[in-house]
Amino acid sequence: MAITSSPTARATGSPADVLTVTVNGRPITVPRTQPDWEGRMVPTTMIQACEAAGVTVPHYCYHPRLPVAGNCRMCLVEYGVPALGPDRQPLRNPDGSLIINKSPRPAIACATPVSAGMAIYTDTPNVKAMREGVLEFLLINHPLDCPICDQAGECKLQEYSLEYGQAASRFVETKVHKPKAVDLGPRIMLDDERCILCTRCIRFTRDVVKDDALGIVNRGSYNTIAAYPGRQFDNNYTLNTVDICPVGALTSKDFRFKMRVWFLKETKSVCTSCARGCNTLIGSRENVIYRLTPRDNPEVNQSWMCDVGRLNYKWIGREDRLREVRARGSGNTGWTGALGEIARRLRAAPQGSVALIASARLTNEELYLLGLLARHLGAITDSIPRTGDFDHILVQADKNPNSAGARLLGLAAEPMGSRLPAIADGIRAGAIRTLLVFGEDVTSRGVSTDLLARLETLVVSDVLPNPTTAAAHFLLPGCAAAEKRGSFTNFKNRVQRFQKAVEPPGDARPEVEFLADLVTAVTGRKLPTSIEGLFNHMASSVPAFAGLTWAELGDLGQPLKTELART
Amino acid sequence: MPAEYRLILKHLDEPGYEPTLACYLRHGGYSVLRRVLALEPRVSPEGKTLSPQEQLRQEVSLSGLRGRGGAGFSTGMKWSLVDRKSGKPIYLICNADESEPGTFKDRQIIHKDPHQLLEGMVVSAYANDVHLAYIYIRGEFPQGAKILNQAISEAKAAGYLGKNILGSGYDLEIYVHRGAGAYICGEETGLIESLEGKRPYPRIKPPYFPAVLGLYQCPTIVNNVETLCAVKHVIEMGGAEYAKLGTPNNTGTRIVSLSGCVWRPGYYEIEVGKATLRDLIFDPAFGGGLRDGRKLKAIIPGGVSAKVFKAGEKVKLKARNADGREVEQEVDVLDLPYDFTSLIAAGSMSGSSAIIVLDDSVDIVEALANISEFFAHESCGQCTPCREGSLWMAKALHRMTHGEGRAMDADYLARIADNIPGGRTICAFGEACSWPVQSFVAKFKEEFVAKGKADEERRSASRQPADVPSAP
Ligand SMILES: Cc1cc2nc3c(=O)[nH]c(=O)nc-3n(C[C@H](O)[C@H](O)[C@H](O)COP(=O)(O)O)c2cc1C
Ligand code: SF4
Ligand code: SF4
Ligand code: SF4
Ligand code: FES
Repeated sequence: MAITSSPTARATGSPADVLTVTVNGRPITVPRTQPDWEGRMVPTTMIQACEAAGVTVPHYCYHPRLPVAGNCRMCLVEYGVPALGPDRQPLRNPDGSLIINKSPRPAIACATPVSAGMAIYTDTPNVKAMREGVLEFLLINHPLDCPICDQAGECKLQEYSLEYGQAASRFVETKVHKPKAVDLGPRIMLDDERCILCTRCIRFTRDVVKDDALGIVNRGSYNTIAAYPGRQFDNNYTLNTVDICPVGALTSKDFRFKMRVWFLKETKSVCTSCARGCNTLIGSRENVIYRLTPRDNPEVNQSWMCDVGRLNYKWIGREDRLREVRARGSGNTGWTGALGEIARRLRAAPQGSVALIASARLTNEELYLLGLLARHLGAITDSIPRTGDFDHILVQADKNPNSAGARLLGLAAEPMGSRLPAIADGIRAGAIRTLLVFGEDVTSRGVSTDLLARLETLVVSDVLPNPTTAAAHFLLPGCAAAEKRGSFTNFKNRVQRFQKAVEPPGDARPEVEFLADLVTAVTGRKLPTSIEGLFNHMASSVPAFAGLTWAELGDLGQPLKTELART
Repeated sequence: MPAEYRLILKHLDEPGYEPTLACYLRHGGYSVLRRVLALEPRVSPEGKTLSPQEQLRQEVSLSGLRGRGGAGFSTGMKWSLVDRKSGKPIYLICNADESEPGTFKDRQIIHKDPHQLLEGMVVSAYANDVHLAYIYIRGEFPQGAKILNQAISEAKAAGYLGKNILGSGYDLEIYVHRGAGAYICGEETGLIESLEGKRPYPRIKPPYFPAVLGLYQCPTIVNNVETLCAVKHVIEMGGAEYAKLGTPNNTGTRIVSLSGCVWRPGYYEIEVGKATLRDLIFDPAFGGGLRDGRKLKAIIPGGVSAKVFKAGEKVKLKARNADGREVEQEVDVLDLPYDFTSLIAAGSMSGSSAIIVLDDSVDIVEALANISEFFAHESCGQCTPCREGSLWMAKALHRMTHGEGRAMDADYLARIADNIPGGRTICAFGEACSWPVQSFVAKFKEEFVAKGKADEERRSASRQPADVPSAP
């Protein structure tokens, strides 16, 4: 899949900062400069001006988040610049329009800056012929085995050949043969015969990841993409090259040949494997997730995501997922029975006798509900920190997707996890009789199974079995993020919502749903039932979230608006 | 009578002339450098004070010198485009990659008179405030690299190079860098990439104009070996004097590499435009004519990249008659003065000034197959049209020279070639690989068609199915 939306043009409106060009005769005003792949302001290019004018220029090597290579030549356009008189002033036609000197040579739209008055032509017979020529050249040595190619359906070669190519090739020579099924690294396979040598993969790993792992060997038409001899292409970002490869040359070992892409339903989601919250698309079919791909968000992850996050979805379909509501002693009493009994016990619990451990992997809405409950019960609360490796590209050391939410909604201690010993002590001393655990195995965090055994009531909600779920008196099967809607607050205090891609297994329910029931049953407070309503309710009552609405979060999220968020 | 005019080649073939510093000094070597380093700021007639560097650059502009590497770009103009305000160092690179087939002039200078090149480089470097210069020498010239390194150490030991040159306070280091063994390393931006240790992938322009963003993203001048030697003579004679050599807009002297079917192949230095193709091929002072009984068939006038001329071809040239009016004249290609402008006007180019002469013993399809094979092997493979087109053409021509031709192959080749040049590629290699095909096929179409037809007839007579379909 190729992600090709460009960083949005920011026209400031001041005439000094903008210029007007024409695209196929239609005037369009664009900013003089725009951010390049590194965010440096550089002159606006023809391809950006065309995009602003709503005119697509087909391209292979150009990618807005990579340095420009200008090698595929698919984006060639014709252009002209205003003719100047002896006084260096532009000459005009009787009707006032500029007289244009058409350049005898074409230009690549991806690399050529625009200038005031420039006329760009993307629809002339010459441009059409140049595109046909490039496509024919690309196809002569291409295997043309689309029916068995994994890229079929999202292949730019297939797409452009239909749109801009000629029907029949004239090629009658023998094709160049190159290595097929090259094992580039633990997650990537390469078919060199399909490669069109656009160098996107090379530039991505060299310039974005700063791992100069890929290169070209041989010359001319025998040019071949290869990993550095004796080295594996194994950094934590390799799978992004599969996304940006415009053809089926680079494939994910995890995904290849598992599913035709046109069968996949794509759901907007957010990665849950670290505090960055890379925006993703979940590709699923018939309730099975087949892949995650990054979704462009300039404020969070650009067009990328890490391999660890991308592949961290398999557990969602595990056989041993928790799927039944359990109430110890009474077997499967169903949601109504279990929630009724829990509510009864919580209503009866004396102030201060309840503790709550809420995972920072829960959503803002869920944590908000748990916060309401905790305050009503006078419960001591905390979350569980989870840390690991980080890098200077995307990956955060904080492996919780919603640490900021847990903090802002008052559940996590500062520092996170610092109240866990107090909770353990409280249980040991008999002061804490009831423990609610949402989404964590607390036995590895100082609250041992022995301690859990002393509790009068242990309510646990989780998705996979662990020693804590085994000890639960009440077990409430919850959902993976992919199975529900909600929002997370990332490490930069950006609130991002995600949508439901697949159904949870068995009786499992989104936590937010049964928590709303439980909070109402315990506190008597009526709460909105929809996720939108709940979010907006939270935003109106929690100062940190003030001013946000679910609708305004949009697909790309919003930063918190308040001062509070910045502390 | 046309004759050689040896300026750069003046001494190097004299008996006893050696590539040593002592020999060079005996022949007046480094005296231009001495004069250059002694230059003082001077007030121009307009009242502007010109630094020694500005004076030198002015002389080069005045001389009308055009680059001898292939494109014939004005050297004075090239130097004037250098970004001198960036605060970055300015580099000078001598392009000694000489790999255009048929070209063998730069290596004469390198092998036989290396100090002349060094003197030209120090003068050019001084004129451009350069303190670090490179000689990028073709990988297949190991002996040339050795000779240059030897000359550099001699020049340094004697104070003509290195720190505080001749006590002037001016420093310049020159390093010899051996090329990576590819034709494309001679294209100036490919050369720069190669010098930086990368694949010689030519750079896109914009934004990577060497004069602004060249070597290590610093302003850089790339000049051919012969061009840099010519600079020495420009400064020695003065720009105006130099401009009197040759013809207007085609000033100075040029070393022509003459090869192919002539009696006396070799290198000849001429005043630009003062000898015609006919002189160069037939005059006893130059090629001395074709072998006995042979007839001229074709001329490749500027290295194999240049469009071929067919013997007897007439071209229209603009000329000024006695009363100064412009008139169009029809001339035989053999009567074209050998210079930059006439050959371009005639639809080809003088390129690297390599003339390859083909007589009637040459199979034109074989000749083109040979050229195309070279280009298919040398395309860097960056741009789609050049990468795929160069090999496609070579394969078709290989097929044609191995009994599998088709009558339609002339058109087939032309249509491939038409999709490569004209700015469709990053560098001029796109033109270099397609111009020969376009011109050979256009001018000798009947030979291509005849060969293809003969193959088709032979194949159908033997009822052997061809490997390839006869029509798409
Ligand atoms: C494919 C290609 C190969 C070239 N090879 C050479 C070469 O071997 N030597 C050379 O001096 N110039 C070569 N050139 C020309 C250079 O790019 C450049 O124009 C030249 O070095 C500039 O020097 P000049 O201005 O002194 O001629 C080549 C150009 C192209 C497009
Ligand atoms: S493998 Fe794909 S991304 Fe890499 S150069 Fe080839 S076509 Fe481009
Ligand atoms: S960087 Fe973090 S959020 Fe992004 S994909 Fe990796 S683990 Fe997921
Ligand atoms: S034109 Fe040919 S040689 Fe030049 S950059 Fe493109 S592919 Fe390389
Ligand atoms: S998109 Fe490849 S050359 Fe412009």
